[in-house]
Amino acid sequence: MTGRRRATLASRIPWTLIVFLAAATVPWIGSRYDTFLASQIVIDALFAVSLNLLLGTTGLVSFGHVAYFGVGAYVCGILMKTYEVPFVLAFPAAGLGAALFALVSGYFCVRLQKLYFAMLTLAFSQIVWAIAYKWNDVTGGDQGLPEIPYPDLDWMSAIPGFGDLRIGDRFYLLTLVLVALSIAALRIITRSPFGRMLTTIRDNPERAAFIGLNVRAYQLAAFVVAGAFAGLAGALYGLFSRGVFADYVFWSKSAEVIIMTILGGMDYFWGPPVGALALVWLNQQITAYTEYWPFVLGAILLVLLFAFTGGIVGGIVAGFRFARYRLARRDA
Amino acid sequence: MAPSFLFSQFMGGFTTAMFLFLIASGLSLVFGVMRVINFAHGSFYMLGAYLAWQGVQWLHPRAEAFWLAALFAALGVALLGGIVERLFFRHLYGREELYQLLFTYALVLILGDAAKFLWGTGQLSVSSPPVLAGSVEIFGTAQPLYNLFIMAVGPAIALAGWFVLNRTGVGRLVRAASYDREMLDALGANVGSIYTGMFVFSSFLAGLSGALVTPIQSIVPGMDVLIIVQAFIVVVIGGMGSFWGTFWGSVIYGQVLSFGILIFPGFSLFSVFALMAVILIVRPWGLFGRPI
Repeated sequence: MTGRRRATLASRIPWTLIVFLAAATVPWIGSRYDTFLASQIVIDALFAVSLNLLLGTTGLVSFGHVAYFGVGAYVCGILMKTYEVPFVLAFPAAGLGAALFALVSGYFCVRLQKLYFAMLTLAFSQIVWAIAYKWNDVTGGDQGLPEIPYPDLDWMSAIPGFGDLRIGDRFYLLTLVLVALSIAALRIITRSPFGRMLTTIRDNPERAAFIGLNVRAYQLAAFVVAGAFAGLAGALYGLFSRGVFADYVFWSKSAEVIIMTILGGMDYFWGPPVGALALVWLNQQITAYTEYWPFVLGAILLVLLFAFTGGIVGGIVAGFRFARYRLARRDA
Repeated sequence: MAPSFLFSQFMGGFTTAMFLFLIASGLSLVFGVMRVINFAHGSFYMLGAYLAWQGVQWLHPRAEAFWLAALFAALGVALLGGIVERLFFRHLYGREELYQLLFTYALVLILGDAAKFLWGTGQLSVSSPPVLAGSVEIFGTAQPLYNLFIMAVGPAIALAGWFVLNRTGVGRLVRAASYDREMLDALGANVGSIYTGMFVFSSFLAGLSGALVTPIQSIVPGMDVLIIVQAFIVVVIGGMGSFWGTFWGSVIYGQVLSFGILIFPGFSLFSVFALMAVILIVRPWGLFGRPI
């Protein structure tokens, strides 16, 4: 009894709101470097949540999700730098551009099974990389697209308390709001009947087809939605790092975001953001001591694969369940 | 365009092709039998190159240093492959593809940093073995002897592989394992040993190709992740798991890259990835593979 009452009490606390508010205080209570880290975490969180719509919810292993991130980053960067389009238009355009590319590439990808699906997503992402790397006139080629202007955030001065914030802090707050809205949208999509159908397809595609679902159409829809939000994350990342470079789109970046998702726990909606937080924090801690971060990342991945498949959130949930079970046993 | 120019372009493409075949054949075998995409194959190739360099340093003044070093590298990498398979990989066979892919990616991360730790981040290079230094003139073009040697090694390995797979008892078991693992297990064959053997052999090929590439390319960190996508392209074109397919896949890849540069300069990279995507869309099992 006590266990159940505690659970309802815990679930009544508006955790997401608390986390959002805590994240919003970073520019005031943290250093400039803290804001830098927080921006990275927030953007990575959106990228990883968008991937998890495919990986965890729909059961599609994409090894080329960075392509849509990259398309978004380039669309937003090119529009804002080359054509001086305001952010209000360039940001949605990035999502739209990534969604369009996801529609075209996904149309072919969802026709393939498992490993072939992974290979085709990898091929499409390398096509994006090859174009970004070689199309000098538009993408800047191997020099990339440096010095993308920040969006105009002077209007924030009108808000009390925002007057003496640096431009980086203001951009972080804008990023935080946009990412929170995007993640909320993804949360609604995941919990909608459409999201439930995706999970049905993940668990048993034959059965889903048998009860009359158009499996490919649902998978394609998930692919497009995931691509669009990855594009939004990419647009924010390009502005945050003040430039877009072909390296962002190399295939190993897709592996990194998968690791982030698994580290947090791909069976849980809030797993990927936790993974983003943990990975950025770990990276920052470990690179202070050693340059061999990939080695540490590989070791973490081994632990995850062999001992800890639920990730951090999975581990916490299992811990709570165990504690509740012990409490129930003691009460009885 | 002059015929001699086209010929040297063709020979350049063919050398690339035979190198890629050496690398991709091991990748393709592992995929065919174990249904695993091994990202770490590129890392094994890179380790082969570093080990060969190390071997040459130890044996330096001797004339046969390069050959001994190449053998040492191939055997060293094969040993590593065996250890990895026995200790870790075999525990993942029943698991989802995602975990197998990520395991091989974890190896990429770990081995890449291990190589940086042991050999630094600078460029290393190995000179051609004395026997194969110099070049010969064919159709008015100078062809380095070493490239001709590689062009002979590729088809030789392809023939040997075809012979072992199709004409020997071991090859029959390997083919049986790729068709139906459970049935072969039930018939009393030791499938675990076949898998270990395949992984060791595939690592041997990766190590050997890494060692053989050293006289042509300098050894740098990052060569692992660059080569593995090229090997993927080759394997996909020919058909994942098809040995001859991998051979012809590399030939096609080499020529597309070599002549693609002439037709669309700067976009040859794009054209090979586009080729990979088109093949996966039209014939996912590749030009020479069989549908699974």
